[in-house]
Amino acid sequence: MNIYALGIDVGSTTVKTVVCDEKGTVLHSAYERHFSKVKETVSAQLEIIAGKFPEAQFRSAMTGSAGLGLANAAGISFVQEVHAAFLAVKMLYPKTDTVIELGGEDAKIIFLTGGVEQRMNGSCAGGTGAFIDQMATLLGITVQELDAAALRAKRTYPIASRCGVFAKSDIQPLLNQGAAREDVAASIFRAVVDQTVAGLAQGREIKGNVLFLGGPLYFLKGLRKAFVGTLGLTEEQAAFPEQAPVFVALGSALYADQSKDQPKTAAMLLEKIRNAHAASDVLTGDVLFQSKEEYAEFVERHKQCDLAYADLKQYEGDAYLGIDSGSTTTKLVLITEDGRLLYSHYASNEGQPLDRIAAKLKQIYADKNPKLNIRASAVTGYGEDLIRAGLSVDYGIVETVAHFKAASFFCPDVDFIIDIGGQDIKCFKIKNGAIDSIMLNEACSSGCGSFIQTFAMAMGYDIAEFSQMGLFAKHPVELGSRCTVFMNSSVKQAQKDGATVEDISAGLSSSIIKNAIYKVIRARSVDELGKNIVVQGGTFLNDAVLRCFEREIGRRVIRPAISGLMGAFGAALYAKEQAALTDAPSTLISPEALKQFSYTSQNVRCGGCTANCSLNVIKFSDGGRFVSGNRCEKGAGVKRDTEVPDLYTYKYDSLMVLAKEQPARSRATVGLPMVLSFYEQMPFWHTLFTKLGFRVEISGESDRKVYFKGQHTIPSDTVCYPAKLAHGHVETLLEKGVDFIFWPCMSYNLQEADTNNHFNCPVVAYYPELMRANHSGLNADNFCYPYLDLNNRKNVIQVMKKTLRKYNIGGEIAGAVDAAYQAFADFRKDIAQKAQEVIAQARAQGRKIIVLAGRPYHLDKEINHGIHKLITSLGLAVVTEESVAPLGEMPHLHVLNQWTYHSRLYRAAQYVTTQPDMQLVQLVSFGCGIDAITTDEVRSILESHGKLYTQLKIDEINNLGAAKIRLRSLLAAMNSQ
Amino acid sequence: MEDHAIFTREMKDTHTILIPNMLPIQFRLLISVFEFYGYHCELLESESRTVVEEGLKNVHNDTCYPALLVIGQFMEALKSGKYDPNRTALMLPQTGGGCRASNYIHLLRKCLKDTFPQVPVISLNFVGLEKDPRNGWQLTMPMIIRAIYSIIYGDMLMTLYNQCRSYELIKGSSKKVLDKWIRYMSKELRKNGYTNTTKYYKLMLADFAKIERSSIPRIKVGIVGEIYVKYSPLANNHLEDFLISEGCEPVVPSMLEFILYWSINKVNDARIYGKYTAATPVYHMIYKMFLAEQKRVIRTMKEHSTFTPPHDFEKLRASVTRYIGQGVNMGEGWLIPAEMGALAESGTENIICTQPFGCLPNHIIAKGMSRAIKEYYPDANIVAIDYDPGATRVNQENRIKLMLANARAKRGEV
Repeated sequence: MNIYALGIDVGSTTVKTVVCDEKGTVLHSAYERHFSKVKETVSAQLEIIAGKFPEAQFRSAMTGSAGLGLANAAGISFVQEVHAAFLAVKMLYPKTDTVIELGGEDAKIIFLTGGVEQRMNGSCAGGTGAFIDQMATLLGITVQELDAAALRAKRTYPIASRCGVFAKSDIQPLLNQGAAREDVAASIFRAVVDQTVAGLAQGREIKGNVLFLGGPLYFLKGLRKAFVGTLGLTEEQAAFPEQAPVFVALGSALYADQSKDQPKTAAMLLEKIRNAHAASDVLTGDVLFQSKEEYAEFVERHKQCDLAYADLKQYEGDAYLGIDSGSTTTKLVLITEDGRLLYSHYASNEGQPLDRIAAKLKQIYADKNPKLNIRASAVTGYGEDLIRAGLSVDYGIVETVAHFKAASFFCPDVDFIIDIGGQDIKCFKIKNGAIDSIMLNEACSSGCGSFIQTFAMAMGYDIAEFSQMGLFAKHPVELGSRCTVFMNSSVKQAQKDGATVEDISAGLSSSIIKNAIYKVIRARSVDELGKNIVVQGGTFLNDAVLRCFEREIGRRVIRPAISGLMGAFGAALYAKEQAALTDAPSTLISPEALKQFSYTSQNVRCGGCTANCSLNVIKFSDGGRFVSGNRCEKGAGVKRDTEVPDLYTYKYDSLMVLAKEQPARSRATVGLPMVLSFYEQMPFWHTLFTKLGFRVEISGESDRKVYFKGQHTIPSDTVCYPAKLAHGHVETLLEKGVDFIFWPCMSYNLQEADTNNHFNCPVVAYYPELMRANHSGLNADNFCYPYLDLNNRKNVIQVMKKTLRKYNIGGEIAGAVDAAYQAFADFRKDIAQKAQEVIAQARAQGRKIIVLAGRPYHLDKEINHGIHKLITSLGLAVVTEESVAPLGEMPHLHVLNQWTYHSRLYRAAQYVTTQPDMQLVQLVSFGCGIDAITTDEVRSILESHGKLYTQLKIDEINNLGAAKIRLRSLLAAMNSQ
Repeated sequence: MEDHAIFTREMKDTHTILIPNMLPIQFRLLISVFEFYGYHCELLESESRTVVEEGLKNVHNDTCYPALLVIGQFMEALKSGKYDPNRTALMLPQTGGGCRASNYIHLLRKCLKDTFPQVPVISLNFVGLEKDPRNGWQLTMPMIIRAIYSIIYGDMLMTLYNQCRSYELIKGSSKKVLDKWIRYMSKELRKNGYTNTTKYYKLMLADFAKIERSSIPRIKVGIVGEIYVKYSPLANNHLEDFLISEGCEPVVPSMLEFILYWSINKVNDARIYGKYTAATPVYHMIYKMFLAEQKRVIRTMKEHSTFTPPHDFEKLRASVTRYIGQGVNMGEGWLIPAEMGALAESGTENIICTQPFGCLPNHIIAKGMSRAIKEYYPDANIVAIDYDPGATRVNQENRIKLMLANARAKRGEV
């Protein structure tokens, strides 16, 4: 009788089994998707094994992220999956230096030489198989097609890889702007590599012989190419083993063999699996509907909010076209003069919104009554600019306003609108007939339609069918509110514990609502929302979701039957309003021109300024063109009549110009990284060192390349982007060959006003410590990071004397420090004065003023992504928070006011409340824990005085789409106030 | 004038003070001290789902997990109907410093403003962070000293309990001894002579030594990290119990080390930034007092037992400068790398660093220092585990299992 080893790997999406002998020779292997039916799939594979090896006995072990529960319940031994892989690598590929394994939701790395280290992705599933699946879905193609496309790519775009949600917001605009699908595909793979480097390697370099494991790396040639290329590996160094997909299962078989597991027949194992009953700890909630009658009544009530209809073929007279080119879907409506619906369309844009809309328009032209005249048209949504340019649509309208118009049509005294679409949630409160406050989901799509859609697809259902299934679920699962990726594991857990698809469907509907209310709106009580609530967006067409919402807030709401079309409907209403003001016929592309319509897209670099934005230029068949990717008008070739005053640019330039002032002869070269607190204190340190006769080398401007340069030394991938960028700046300074880099640690910042304390945040205060510990090129000689307190002149002198001891310049230091203080004061005075000029100039030009409030380092154009230019392009002047903070008083706060930079926000907000022509926009870096405290406080200062609060969350994402919607909504609200 | 409710003198008689159970052993002794001085206290133990949900509802979702849990636990308690909001007060420990944790109490008051404005919040701190003449919460010197001793005794019990529990032959025998001692010390702390620590240490050591234990060595796993997540089973999903179920011995540094860290920081700040004040020598004195007590703990343990004593804090402090400056004092600051280094040095190479997701200081002091520690201790097997409402237990345990697989492989087990 033969004794073999059997390994069973139950991953998040697949089941793998391997039978091998003690040498690791594979005798049988299987790889199969389990669609969450784990037990069944494992049993099926075991049956095959039982048939193939009827006489044999097996030493067995289970592994994998979803295998633990089953292994415990079945009494089969379990081995952690990374460890299983490690065992197999040691036996089969002993020369390997590094192993990279990508799975469905996990990513792992094992360093074998130079200290064995095994790591897994932490609490983020970015850069895994699930991420690639998500991206393929977004492009409307299969993963295989994505892979094939990537191999044909000509260039790559930077795409955030940390989270599917982030990546989507980078990819969507690329698609909407017509970037080639091949290039986007390759960029997605590149993002996966970046995530592996940033999230897993965490400062350890990936080099030598690299073994690549896991399904995605085995099946996707494009992904392989991206890894090999980015890591700079030779063909010999990169190994993609034949058994890659089942490698971990093989490892667990080897584990079983080495741990001398008691041999059993396949039939015995099968018996164990079949009898496995995991302990159930599923929480269940209330049923959605008790009976069919209750549901029927619910449906009847909501039916009352519907439009009247008219026939496109019969109707004669004026009609108005509204287009909503959303991030993933395209919506069109055509309405009559009295608001009856002639035509509507709602479908995925399949990544090609312009083509879809042109096709639908052709259809309308073909089907309509010849006497129907499209009097005017308007477009809204992410694709607004492109569609408007391509199809000569009459008007563009910001989404929020379009939704408000549509909601008012159904409920004239509406005071709260919540729109849940595929990728985004928009909520706004209406006060005095104008949009008062807007909440958008910034970095999280957990409360959106795509959330439930992802699960429907994973379980093999169509979204409509899936959500319908939840209506009469007997024991809806209580899944709480959390991120999509983690919801995955909760859902799987529930399934393992016996929850049905119906129960999960109902549970997910309730989770969407909880995410929306508690994560996005952050409502504490229902009364906060309003009395007359209109819900809309495609997601609310789902009755289960609607029911959950009404139940969660304990109130009845209005859901128009055209819930998913409200943006387009609002645009049509807007077109109608605007057309009433003019006699001119619509500019919309004619049926004839539409027949000829085509376009080409091309990428170029803008030479307008040093930013060198990457532009995407689309040329239309009629000779028109559309440029995207530009931060300012220059790229689009638009000339402005007057310069809009902007303090951000002025302050940035005055810091950058410092780099040019150098002493005649120098003792040594000191490198100063242009990061974090240096964005304010550079004049101080620059003066101090130049006065002492040092040549000062400033690391220079940031861009994406600088970030990538330092990426491999970042130990914590969840720290804020401004901190991460610092790694690249230090790298730059080392490349420039400076004698030493100077970057002080400072627990305290300047004491400026009556505050509880004047700390720096922990990251600003101590980042040099982290840098020193994680960059092998830094040592005591070339990296000086003394602790000092700028409030205390004596302390600064003392510390600098000690720091520069070896240059023997003790006597000169006091004088240089005084000069530095003077230069710093002059710089701040100059900025404050310039702020007054900007304000005066803006007022003279009749412009409104935005206080763009963040931190000093938000000046960095790689951090702010040119938001200040976006604001000036809307005709608003921009000043910084610290330049107006001294003009404000410290308002009464409900929080501890103990950070210098943050206390400026409060005073700046207070000042804004005293200036009728000013509004404040707060910039928040993703991951800034302290801003979790400041944002609520700044909001309350502003709103208590009737000001609008706008928050822009920024990260490495280069896409200003969401920012633009917010700013335009702000502008619309300001104008209507 | 502050616009929140104040805990007045009259409330001492009428109100029950709810306290989150951050340190399961030490806090039980601590409240018995408070009771002795006439305050009615109750530790909150609830771990229901509502705790997290209330937290999510009431604080900004990006706020750190400890704040979310503590506030969630309070709100759940107040809404449960178990307590009369007109006769209930809340207490939160506050340390001050540049970490946003100093803001918990303000966030809590913000939540109460809309729902239970009459409920006062007491700040538990020893530096007088909240001064109000109406304050009925009076920390007198004898009370402070008793409170401190309750922590010191609690630490000793925690250390002994952890060292026995993984080895006990009769299940539950360590817990019995522990419970007995908590009851006993609660009474002793009310009498005179409670400061004779050596006497009590010896009794404790003798009593715990009587527990029948296996002599097979277990894998030792050090737990360091953000103070709340490190100690509170609610926050760390019962990490100690999980480790024991995996056949390991959890090694948890004591609270005394945090107090030592906190007091010497005040001296360090003065030294580094030239910020000497009248309080500086006082802090230094406090530090020295606690240090002497720690030395007593170590000495007594060495002389009278086979249990492993804590690390000499002065040594630990001296060695930390190899990785990080002692100026890093926000959150757990240099204490985390110091403890990791000390654990690795004394043979506990497997270390779990617990932290709330997105904890600001921990970017630097935990994940940021891993590499530096490995330079000195290449065998250190460190895993950082993030805790937040979105993280699942399965996920966390899988990562810990990986760390344990490494540990077992090093011992020659497969």
